[in-house]
Amino acid sequence: MLEIKNLHAVVDGKEILKGIDLTIRDGEIHALMGTNGAGKSTLSNVIVGNPRYEVTEGTMTYNGQDLLSMTPDERAHAGIFMSFQQPVEIPGVSMANFMRAAVNALARSKGVNAPKSSDFLHLMKSRRELVEIDQKLINRSVNEGFSGGEKKRNEIFQMAMLEPSFCILDETDSGLDVDALRIVAEGFNKLRRPETSAIIITHYQRLLDYIRPDVVHVLIDGTIIKTGGPELAGQIENQGFDWLR
Amino acid sequence: MEERNVFVKEVVGQRYKYGFTTDVRTEIIGKGLNEDVIRIISSKKGEPDWLLEFRLNAFRWWQTQKQPDWGHLHLPEIDYQDISYYADPTVGRPSDAKPGEIDPELMKTFDKLGIPLEERMALAGTAVDAVMDSVSVKTTHKKALEEKGIIFCSFSEAVRNHPDLVRKYLGSVVSSHDNFFAALNSAVFSDGSFVYIPKNTHCPMELSTYFRINARNVGQFERTLIVCDEGSYVSYLEGCTAPMRDENQLHAAIVEIVVMDNAEVKYSTVQNWYPGDSEGRGGVYNLVTKRGHLLGVNSKLSWTQVETGSAITWKYPSCVLTGDNSQAEFYSVAVTNNYQEADTGTKMIHIGRNTRSTIISKGISAGHSQNSYRGLVKVSPKADNARNYSSCDSLLLGSQCGAHTFPVIDVKNETATVEHEATTSKISEEQLFYCNQRGISTEEAVGLIVNGYAKEVLNKLPMEFAVEAQKLLAVTLEGTVG
Repeated sequence: MLEIKNLHAVVDGKEILKGIDLTIRDGEIHALMGTNGAGKSTLSNVIVGNPRYEVTEGTMTYNGQDLLSMTPDERAHAGIFMSFQQPVEIPGVSMANFMRAAVNALARSKGVNAPKSSDFLHLMKSRRELVEIDQKLINRSVNEGFSGGEKKRNEIFQMAMLEPSFCILDETDSGLDVDALRIVAEGFNKLRRPETSAIIITHYQRLLDYIRPDVVHVLIDGTIIKTGGPELAGQIENQGFDWLR
Repeated sequence: MEERNVFVKEVVGQRYKYGFTTDVRTEIIGKGLNEDVIRIISSKKGEPDWLLEFRLNAFRWWQTQKQPDWGHLHLPEIDYQDISYYADPTVGRPSDAKPGEIDPELMKTFDKLGIPLEERMALAGTAVDAVMDSVSVKTTHKKALEEKGIIFCSFSEAVRNHPDLVRKYLGSVVSSHDNFFAALNSAVFSDGSFVYIPKNTHCPMELSTYFRINARNVGQFERTLIVCDEGSYVSYLEGCTAPMRDENQLHAAIVEIVVMDNAEVKYSTVQNWYPGDSEGRGGVYNLVTKRGHLLGVNSKLSWTQVETGSAITWKYPSCVLTGDNSQAEFYSVAVTNNYQEADTGTKMIHIGRNTRSTIISKGISAGHSQNSYRGLVKVSPKADNARNYSSCDSLLLGSQCGAHTFPVIDVKNETATVEHEATTSKISEEQLFYCNQRGISTEEAVGLIVNGYAKEVLNKLPMEFAVEAQKLLAVTLEGTVG
């Protein structure tokens, strides 16, 4: 369970989050909608501990652990995963080596042995097929020369490899065509276990048609101004945000 | 995004695991440099007159020269009279020792460095010449090589047993008047390795020299000469370490390589001299002249170097492509951290027709270090269809360090093709955070990115060396970000 209370955060000296209260229980999917610059990505980045963002007030726990006192890699080991809005390229580091390092680090954090090479390669193959990502991409450096859609698909591939318990999809749908969106969403659903919870940040209804949220929040100017059921997403798609202000 | 520095902080302490000293009786001649000292060195080695003349000739020229200051380095005026030029750690052998028996302390030292010298323990597939201070301690696998007619021995031994070969090739690639440090070495060089591969022989194992500085206030001036005759092949590795000391130590070496028709030499270096502490105190001044002469047609020479050590590195392993169709390669990774300074690169001198050269240089700077690539690609008027490809990349970790490139291209033949590419990049905060979010610690992420960046060069190293070099890169950069 993720519990956020009265969270305030600044970036480059400017306060972006102005008191967020949010509880996400195991197995729940929460959609987060809102205008550009409202603080959706800031909230995601604060949850995963991006050092660019400074938390000035409030608390944040995941399964009882104090996230604010944990480093980003410790939060990852606790099961939190973010699909980046703009995944960065890492030249020279192959996807295979990158995933190997990530999988081994996760195993180490749990005190279990790293998977054997053959098991690892088998896992890579099965997860790659799940998100229908080409072997050629996996042989390349991390995100290097990937199209926008390929980068998003690669994020879901990494999620599939690491099997997180809490996922943040930060505008994973933007830049995806209809087919890619379906593949990514179906991939997510196949991987999802009953206890998997998620925050889905999106501007559109279409991703939520595949991954049905339990709760929809509207974030405007650093605070959650409305929370509702799945129908709220449809209302926003039709009417925008002005009626909520 | 605004450039931020949250990841970059000072190195607290670098782990240099070869910084120990060996307590062994060492005969050291008094400090200072003059003709008498040179005569002493020569007589200790029982050298013929022509070699003493070679030394004195070099010394006399050296005295007319000034220490070069054109490098992008802060090399102080070295007091050459405050250094001892000869230290022999093998004098402590008991008087009843059998010939070839080695002081157990020295054995232990090389064991600790991962270089077992006892024949039955010796590294399989690699013959090693182990040099400490001014003297070669032992050369392994000699017998097996002799059966193939391959000569691999210390330089002193080569002078005694193969004087004609040494006389023919010594100074033929790097003249004793080549430059200030080459002249100094030519005057006072003590030991090193000699390799001769006879015609049509594929050397069955890697040959390797391990250089170790041990004694205090002693300079190391070794000399390596490799002659690879027609149709032959050899792969040669060089490694080096030194104790941690607050004062600087001078290391001025020469490597000469001669490659005949259809022969191939691969020369790899992992240079890990003591780099000084995090404040820039101590460390080795590594001032080295390395050059290969691709004398024969279709000859090949490749230099691969991983430079992580030394306070100051001044080194340009070069190739003179005289033979038609000859091919030369230079692959380099130079890492500098703390206050280290490296000015390194290569010269490719195209003289023969259809000659080809490749330069791949990867500089990595961290801390307050300065890392420079300096290169010359020269195509002489007769070098029809010469081709060169150069790629010089710099990677910066942090904002206190510097990366510089000084490429010179001099083409005197219009049929030549010369390409030069250069990039400078930085490990970004986003890249590190991306790795962190996947559960990879910052330290490991830096290692991953740096090794990925240097992969093209590391892949050129012999397998075992490549693994060592990868670890070394990670250790050298430990604590640069965090």
